[in-house]
Amino acid sequence: MSIPATVEETQALLAAGGYVADRALATTVHLALRMGRPLFLEGEPGTGKTEIAKVLARMLPRRLVRLQCYDGLDLSAAAYEWNHARQLMAIRLAEAAGETDREAIERGIYDRRFLEARPLLQALEGEPAVLLIDELDRADEPFEAFLLEILADFQISIPELGTVKAMTPPVVVITSNRTREVHDAVRRRCLYHWVDYPDAARERAILRLRAPGLPEKLSAQIVAFVQKVRQGDYFKLPGVAETIDWAQALAALDARELEPGTVDETLGVLLKYQDDIARLKGAEAARILAETAA
Amino acid sequence: MALTPERDAARIIGAAEARAAAAGALPAGHLADNLLAFTRLLRRAGLPLGPGEAIAGLEALIEVDIADRRQVHAALRAVMVHRREHFELFDQAFQLFWRDPEAAAHAAAMALLDGPRPKEEKAPPAARRLAEAMGENRPKPKPPEAPPPRHDMTFTVSERERLQKMDFEAMSAAEIAAAKQEIRRLALPLDERRTRRFRADPAGPITDLRGTLRQSLRTGGEILDLARRRRVTRPPPLVALCDISGSMSRYAQILLHFLHAVANERDRVHSFLFGTRLTNITRQLRHRDPEVAFEMVSHIVPDWSGGTRIGESLALFNRLWARRVLGQGAVVLLITDGLDREGAKGLAEATERLRASCRRLIWLNPLLRFAGFQPKSQGARAMLPHVDEHRPVHNLDSLRALVAALSDRHAAQRGRMAA
Repeated sequence: MSIPATVEETQALLAAGGYVADRALATTVHLALRMGRPLFLEGEPGTGKTEIAKVLARMLPRRLVRLQCYDGLDLSAAAYEWNHARQLMAIRLAEAAGETDREAIERGIYDRRFLEARPLLQALEGEPAVLLIDELDRADEPFEAFLLEILADFQISIPELGTVKAMTPPVVVITSNRTREVHDAVRRRCLYHWVDYPDAARERAILRLRAPGLPEKLSAQIVAFVQKVRQGDYFKLPGVAETIDWAQALAALDARELEPGTVDETLGVLLKYQDDIARLKGAEAARILAETAA
Repeated sequence: MALTPERDAARIIGAAEARAAAAGALPAGHLADNLLAFTRLLRRAGLPLGPGEAIAGLEALIEVDIADRRQVHAALRAVMVHRREHFELFDQAFQLFWRDPEAAAHAAAMALLDGPRPKEEKAPPAARRLAEAMGENRPKPKPPEAPPPRHDMTFTVSERERLQKMDFEAMSAAEIAAAKQEIRRLALPLDERRTRRFRADPAGPITDLRGTLRQSLRTGGEILDLARRRRVTRPPPLVALCDISGSMSRYAQILLHFLHAVANERDRVHSFLFGTRLTNITRQLRHRDPEVAFEMVSHIVPDWSGGTRIGESLALFNRLWARRVLGQGAVVLLITDGLDREGAKGLAEATERLRASCRRLIWLNPLLRFAGFQPKSQGARAMLPHVDEHRPVHNLDSLRALVAALSDRHAAQRGRMAA
């Protein structure tokens, strides 16, 4: 399938892949695809940033290459690594064969055969790909600097071998939870979108797609409850992922509608900090329930 | 003729426009001109936009349906804005500008007619910045300033010694100026922390296979020498939370100088001020000239020398900033006397949460200078069980001791284990 021609088509494509995107997000994704620019998605955990890359890979369809970032992520884990054991063996073989030309040996051992491709290089070589660089904020600043060449020109320079350039530029999706500010240089090369919590209508639509078979009334109650909780003063607000988990948990418990008892028992699915759970449990949960019922 | 960025952009955009028009993709009209004017407006309002953004904006407009206002809005925002903090400013500018391109000129004329107005407290800051941008940059009349006081900065050794022990609170203006000079000389030794990166080092403990192989080629594949490498070390991030309530005002002034010196000397330093509200002054402090930096700080801090709500401020920090600045093993300096207006409400919980999210929490307390200091106030009692270290900061000696403590590699582990 080729790249969609209009914003509406992009929105429909995402919807067909099970992702309910609002207008602004659909426009940004559309532009990223049309202009061939990386997409930089920032937002609270659990708002569906990573999911966009997965849906794009499934619907375009392209293979998904995923790079999970962490502190200390370096070249050999992210881009490529020389297979030293095979190189040493090649030298010995060349010696055994009586090869003495230093240049020839050098050319011989810095051959593409001895290069192990890691995610970034994998995304540039072979079939067109969707490259997901997940949680870039977890990597350290030197790694960001290394990314610049890939983001701007879709190529990697390997000193011993030369420059590897993508035949078809990959669709690049970068996500960040903002545990650290990502540098301006990376932002400038990307299209930026802040992925916010969805409004009630969109969240209900998401539940219809991700928790099918859930009674409509229960689904509406869940969404109303979560939306109220997000207005509160909690350390970690529940994301869409938590809403979906909660809906599935309630469905598994055969709940027909939200009741204070069920809410209290399943709060651990929605909130992940003890302080937050202690605050919401009991009276506060009952109050929110009463408010949403009204 | 010097090329201004704008004229440069106009030239490039002209070329892009011609290309697009040739491809039959560009709608008729003055879209490119308007976009350029819009870019200039945003730049005057303080958004960091270059010609690249203007060109990207034009490219983006070719890809969307320009009859659909929301699409145009989303498209321009995606390519021209790079951080969420700038969304509001952009949205307002978009509303204003694309409703009526004449509006910008109109607003500028209105602003000129208005003349110098008293400060409008109700307008949100983004709106004010935008209004200022539309009304061009007319320098505000500056209040007449007293000539800067002159001090004799040369002091004898004995004078310097006296200064070391002297309480900040008891200092005269001249002595404070001298102390500031001293503080600038307080170099923070690097408390190195191991990272997970390596650099080449002939005496390093780890063998570098890639380097070894490259070296061996010089000798025709014979490995004579092992290339070695060692881990790179770097100082951890430092986060300072400084109380600027009335009881702390004398110390805060000096400590700000200390923070400014530190912020300019090493990377990854974040500074916050709190009294009744929490203000992030990291970007302001990064200005190299302390006087300019403090001028900028004083503009954005609304609560100098007022009351203190420590618990609330820390809770706010935990919620809004902890996840963004405390990653990667940050050390937190909490500078306060622990005198809380709210009777320490929520202070214990907030301090405990703060300690749980950083590697080392150091409480700097100017009241600790009194030999018989007992944590009697409710605030101090609430905070004390949850800090890794409790240190005085009331004179140059104590600042020096703090610098030494920050560079002690093993203090953190010891502190945590003893707790």
